Amino acid sequence: MEISVQVNGTGHVTDVEPRRLLVHHIRDDIGLTGTNVGCDTSSCGACTVLVDGESVKSCTMLAVQADGREIITIEGLADGDTMHPVQQAFREHHGLQCGFCTPGMVMACVSLLAEQPDPSERDVREGLEGNLCRCTGYHNIVKAALAAASAGANR
Amino acid sequence: MIPSAFDYVRADSVDAALAALAEHGDEAKLLAGGHSLLPLMKLRLAAPSVLVDIGRLAELSYIRDAGDHLAIGGLTRHRDLETSELLGEEAAILRHAAGQVGDPQVRHRGTIGGSIAHGDPASDLPAVLLALRATMVLQGPNGERTVPVDDFFTGFLETALDPTELLTEIRVPKVPGAGWSFQKFNRRAQDWAIVGVALVRNGTTGIGLVNMGSVPLRASAAEVALDGGAEASEAASVAADGAEPSADLNASVEFRRHLAQVLVRRAIDEAS
Repeated sequence: MEISVQVNGTGHVTDVEPRRLLVHHIRDDIGLTGTNVGCDTSSCGACTVLVDGESVKSCTMLAVQADGREIITIEGLADGDTMHPVQQAFREHHGLQCGFCTPGMVMACVSLLAEQPDPSERDVREGLEGNLCRCTGYHNIVKAALAAASAGANR
Repeated sequence: MIPSAFDYVRADSVDAALAALAEHGDEAKLLAGGHSLLPLMKLRLAAPSVLVDIGRLAELSYIRDAGDHLAIGGLTRHRDLETSELLGEEAAILRHAAGQVGDPQVRHRGTIGGSIAHGDPASDLPAVLLALRATMVLQGPNGERTVPVDDFFTGFLETALDPTELLTEIRVPKVPGAGWSFQKFNRRAQDWAIVGVALVRNGTTGIGLVNMGSVPLRASAAEVALDGGAEASEAASVAADGAEPSADLNASVEFRRHLAQVLVRRAIDEAS
């Protein structure tokens, strides 16, 4: 089936099998490999992208369900060489260890701050509950999220 | 993990969805947000040959004031429930519980109708609808019928829905000012409840249990006890009566029965 998606502002028209998962469409058809596949069971959140501005686990969505929608991946956040405030905060506060969860963690954080621009620490911890860090580096991830909020990432 | 191949039909109206179901019968499954069905398909525990995608039927996404009850469209997402002021005023337990489902990503996609139609006894919302004594509205080839929540869950992952029917609406009695509590016990954020309890006290008492059997269950003995004037401790002691929970990695049968009693006790205390 032919689908048309906007990914990071660029239109892509592709013929996909109905069973094609969105994450495979993004990685293998479109070639943006920043979005990771972690658990493949909708648990870990490594595959989180924004669909029409909201965080979604792209391993649990069919590409055909994304037809006509606007997708933002980790590659679409920075403005040229200028990092998105959430990326900048993760860098400054070392919100990562191995980095595998980071693309999904950053995208979930962007979505969270769009819904709650001024979250408490508890809001951040609950808001990121769909993302697992296998290094257990949550402390600095939460710090980064709060710093991004204070910097007005989504105000 | 890749689902088995299937044919994909995108329905652009309720009638089109019903026509597709009539054509393909039990070979077909409806796809709403996909957050119950797609994981099963990826594990190949489900392999429908036709998926009828109703995810774009905006006409089935709403929360309306309908006099003595709220009418909630089957495709209303958990996210829409947890942010609805109307729901917060008239049936606050449902708004709260919707915010406990899965995680934000799941709530951005998952729908109340999809969750209820899946009939998973470990899901949060069926127990809440039992406590609220909700009614399901089903559309089929011969028109509409309504099914009380007590008759809706018929077996493990089985419901009163016929393969040719679509769950279009959930009717929730308004209970403004009612005492309520939703207790979800798990070990890790984001997990399913090991046991959960939904309790609403509004003149009479409604108590739904999560993960205490093969279907979402009502704690009838505890309801009767409370409405007969029993003390909280006495009512909680019969919370697991009639329940036949299973054992798994998280909990033994005995621990689940114990949890049901403790959580019902906490729920009674919180709701009063």
